[in-house]
Amino acid sequence: MTTTAPAPPPVSDADPFGPEVLEDPLPFHAALREAGPVVRLSRYGVYAMGRYAEVHAALRDWQGFESGAGVGLSNFRTEAPWRPPSLLLEADPPRHDAPRRVLVDLLSPRALRRLRERWTAAAEDLVDRLLAEGDEFDAVPALAEAYPLRVFPDAVGVSPEGRENLLPYGEFLFNAFGPHNDLVAEGAPRLPELSAWVNAQCQRDSLADGGFGAGIWAAADRGEITHEQAPLVVRSLLSAGVDTTVHGLAATLHAFATHPDQWRRLRARPELVRVAFDEAVRWASPVQTFFRTATTDVRVGGTVIPHGEKILMFLAAANRDPRRWDDPDRFDLSRDPSGHVGFGFGIHHCVGQHVARLEAECLLTALAARVEAIEVAGATRRLHNNTLRAWGSLPVRVRPAR
Amino acid sequence: MGRTVRLRVTAKERVADDVVALTLADPTGDRLPDWTPGAHLDLVLPTGLTRQYSLCGDRFDPSRYRVGVLREPDGRGGSAYVHDELRVGDEVGVGGPRNHFPLVPSQRYLFLAGGIGITPLLPMVHQADLLGADWTLVYGGRRRGSMAFLGELAGYGDRVHVVPQDEQGLLDLPHWLGTPRPGTRVYCCGPGPLLDAVGAACASWPAHSLRTERFVAREQPAPARSTPFDVRLARSGTTVTVAPDRSVLEVVREAGVDVLSSCRQGTCGTCGTDVLEGLPDHRDSILDDAEREAGDCMYICVSRARSDHLVLDL
Repeated sequence: MTTTAPAPPPVSDADPFGPEVLEDPLPFHAALREAGPVVRLSRYGVYAMGRYAEVHAALRDWQGFESGAGVGLSNFRTEAPWRPPSLLLEADPPRHDAPRRVLVDLLSPRALRRLRERWTAAAEDLVDRLLAEGDEFDAVPALAEAYPLRVFPDAVGVSPEGRENLLPYGEFLFNAFGPHNDLVAEGAPRLPELSAWVNAQCQRDSLADGGFGAGIWAAADRGEITHEQAPLVVRSLLSAGVDTTVHGLAATLHAFATHPDQWRRLRARPELVRVAFDEAVRWASPVQTFFRTATTDVRVGGTVIPHGEKILMFLAAANRDPRRWDDPDRFDLSRDPSGHVGFGFGIHHCVGQHVARLEAECLLTALAARVEAIEVAGATRRLHNNTLRAWGSLPVRVRPAR
Repeated sequence: MGRTVRLRVTAKERVADDVVALTLADPTGDRLPDWTPGAHLDLVLPTGLTRQYSLCGDRFDPSRYRVGVLREPDGRGGSAYVHDELRVGDEVGVGGPRNHFPLVPSQRYLFLAGGIGITPLLPMVHQADLLGADWTLVYGGRRRGSMAFLGELAGYGDRVHVVPQDEQGLLDLPHWLGTPRPGTRVYCCGPGPLLDAVGAACASWPAHSLRTERFVAREQPAPARSTPFDVRLARSGTTVTVAPDRSVLEVVREAGVDVLSSCRQGTCGTCGTDVLEGLPDHRDSILDDAEREAGDCMYICVSRARSDHLVLDL
């Protein structure tokens, strides 16, 4: 084995949270990948990774790259978190084990099977009503937001009143992983009210029988987690389970609206629906980034990330790394998107991914059965967020199937 | 559902009379899948036998696994192979890791180990200590020389009570378990009679205080029915009939449907299958009462039907 002295990483002064990059991050991602396996972002004093191999390896290496110091820019070892840290996202083994296990069991494909019939009916009803109103609509509120907000809070067992708080709460949360820029400042005034509502929904008495929330409290009754942990585990569902799915669905609808050949392919072979959603998650990466913190001096690709330093992992850049993917910018249902890091990877691999897939499968299946063609019908608008790649508006025109 | 990989034996050392510890690593040096205390591996031996062994190494080290193997004279030959034939440098098939015996969060733990039952408890003890919990390990064995890992446990001082039977007799369960202590989680692994005695001693404890793992199948009552039943395999679209003297697993395999299985005695969990319709007659040693009640999963190597037909997700 030969060892060479570590070299300092290339430095970039670009702002990955600035409006230009948030509007169109692809050129920045390409430059990041080209600069090297590890790049120093001088503006924030952090390290960054954009290539698939290094991002994938770092996501698996929970020993070297911890989550417990926060998965945003803020370092919980030196700064107070804005809310009690997540027991899942912002935790490491061994404390991470028990809450994770409870959610893995509750959100397993097997456990979700009982929802499929109801969620299919809800999707068919939503699409039928929408098409009855006309063939032009904004796909963000009409589908991407409407569907998850209809089925997911029901599945958790959240009361109907106040559900409009879920999206702005999630939007703030995902902004708060970034720097304290205007996006965070704009969301801050409503935060106390949103947090109070979300925290109230996490209590046992607020949650309907038979839902995921009640399942979490039942696990606490069985001793699998503590009763103190239960509301925080419910909070994880309400934090990470809404905006992510909304923007995953919006990204999928945008992908199809701009790739009519792929929509025809899905209509011809509806069983491709699951590949379609994962390919859209790879292609658009609704969750663009997460941070980790080095637990020791970690050597990556010829450079050393010193102990205690923050590392910004660009899931989105890894998902379009030409070193890993052929023709990565193409949205292509013939591709096998397995191994994409759009849901993360390793012990923090999105625990709700099967929920997201089931929502996407139900909605896209209902839509594909009823809509022959879908196209963009006006000016689209991005919603800037420090973590999410999001759509604010996606006007589409559809041609109903005969 | 299990996937088997090939791992290399990188060390084999005697850790007590009749107990060897195997260290396993990926031949290419890759990271091994993560695990949590209480997890076990399936070792698929070249003889065709598959055996389950608890992981007893360091979960923070992703480059190697460690298991402890007791030579069992009346076993089916798996442990004899490991003791007598398996050498450093050999490769073995490994399934898992899986965990049916997870460590739940608590301020206080009482760990009760009998003999080789120390293996799943060893990483639990490390973890409880790391987390600053108040814990006690009571470790019984026939004699000091037969008890593995005593050296590693010595550093914990008086939290560990070593009870060789030839010096001190059997574990004094009334002393350790006589008074229920709400908030203390009891973890026990060891021979069947110890598990049964601990189960009886914990009957007056709050529900869910006790967690056990069995290496040997629990004694089961007679099957719920002595007549054949039908099993429809939803994904393959066939229906088979299971006679009283056959297992669901055997009949399903004969119908050409591949199901991974391993222990064939309802202890390892490899053949777990989703139940879509019908009432299973659970005969495994894995599911707890609530999971049995739910009836949506069964281990088809041993479990059968109460209803006339079952529909399985196969």
